[in-house]
Amino acid sequence: MNSRKVEENFFKILMVFSLMVVIGSLLLVFAIVTYKGASALSISMITQIPQGGYYLGRGGGILNAIIGSLYLAGGALILGTLISLPVAWYLNQCKRNAKRVTIIRNILDIACGIPSLIYGAFVFLVIIGLSQRTSLFWGIITVALFVSPILIRAVDEVMQTVSTRLKEASYSLGATEMETLFHVITRQALPGIISAIILAFGRAIGDAAGVLFTAGYTDSIPTSLSDPVATLPLAIFFQLSVPFQEVQARAYASCIVLLAIVLLLTIISRIASKKTARYVIK
Amino acid sequence: METHISFKNFTLTIDGKEILKNINLDIPKNQITAIIGPSGCGKSTLLRSVNRMNDLVEGLHYSGSIAIDGNNILRKDEDVIALRRMAGMISQTPNPLPMSIFDNVIYGPRIHGLKDKGEMHHIVEQCLTRVGLWNEVEDRLSDPASKLSIGQQQRLCLARSLANEPEILLCDETTSALDPISARTIEKELIELKKDYSIVFVTHILRQAKRLADYAVFLYFGEVIEAGPAGEFFTNPKDPRTQQYLEGVFG
Repeated sequence: MNSRKVEENFFKILMVFSLMVVIGSLLLVFAIVTYKGASALSISMITQIPQGGYYLGRGGGILNAIIGSLYLAGGALILGTLISLPVAWYLNQCKRNAKRVTIIRNILDIACGIPSLIYGAFVFLVIIGLSQRTSLFWGIITVALFVSPILIRAVDEVMQTVSTRLKEASYSLGATEMETLFHVITRQALPGIISAIILAFGRAIGDAAGVLFTAGYTDSIPTSLSDPVATLPLAIFFQLSVPFQEVQARAYASCIVLLAIVLLLTIISRIASKKTARYVIK
Repeated sequence: METHISFKNFTLTIDGKEILKNINLDIPKNQITAIIGPSGCGKSTLLRSVNRMNDLVEGLHYSGSIAIDGNNILRKDEDVIALRRMAGMISQTPNPLPMSIFDNVIYGPRIHGLKDKGEMHHIVEQCLTRVGLWNEVEDRLSDPASKLSIGQQQRLCLARSLANEPEILLCDETTSALDPISARTIEKELIELKKDYSIVFVTHILRQAKRLADYAVFLYFGEVIEAGPAGEFFTNPKDPRTQQYLEGVFG
């Protein structure tokens, strides 16, 4: 066999092997979670809040954490999108300050790598400084801060792929930069923007460290922004740290619930992306 | 011959490099002016100076003047939006916007403030009819523009420019991405349109220039070598470089 064929085969095998490692470990995680948690999964688990002694193996469920996580991630995403879109617009509009834009992009890339715990610690200091209590509100602020750099860079990358020809078409018809940004660039990038938001939602709902100091934890469902709030990752953590098997099994069942929520979101985002892709110029 | 666009001592540099050198040129009203020349000689840059699309280029500097109906459009306080509305541009490859056929045609009038739905429908029908596209698309106006064939897309772009009620049409090798039949359709439409619009057509296809032009300009390395009525220009060019180019010695 000549060396070119060896090379060809080597890389083919490498690709298949890497794929198997990644997909295999992912499937293994799913399998273990399902195996350990399926027996503890019940209707009451997703419809009830913890009753007295829940963490010692008594009745109840994790509805507090499910609703809490959805409130927190949903709120953070709304807030995060509201501040991220204008930043992404700025980065894409400001062609005459290429240097400044590069610096901002680099700062954001660094921010993407900062662990959420640091954002949590920062907001915690603010909470103490303002003599506030941990609550849903501060949890939302923390997670919004943490997902914004990710969201901005993802939206920014999608917008950068919008071709110059499209922008020029708009400018040459007498459109201003803002009109071009709203009616052409954002519209063309919309399927990608939706994917970015859902990606950020996944990060937001799966985050435990950021909300550890800022959102508090409670067995009840929050009724206002100033109430403390439980989240699924923390619920999983607390149940896993209890030395009783039936409670640990509930932790795995909670994982299944979290995975199901993420899966549902992915499907919704696929459908939404497809719907909005109808008018996209390929 | 009534002059519509007039270049006076127009020089354009990008990062200090001269792209267009001391252009003096009068472009006639309601005729097709073909700008010919080899690739990279500044044809597109010349065209894009007329609607100030070059303003988007970094490091750009120009001197001299370009007057449309006697009004120097290079003034700092020139209303670029109104200018681009008055001088429509059709690019090399069709560039429909990411929206429906209807929304594409009405994009210009809409951003310029048109709100009346009835008036919009009237404009869309009128412009699409003018470019011969109405019968092909009237029952699917809400379809994405990207679903049209390339030839149809280019006619849509032409209709989109017409919806802005321009006085000038700037065509940058408008047919070069199209199949010969679609190209022919566009050419026919341009000949139809010249009674109402002044058309400036950039091309490096000589045969096409001969078919279309009433007035011809030869641009070579950023300089106007020769310009004149098409008949004379193609049969009896004065400059030896024009003669050589027309004979196919280079370019």
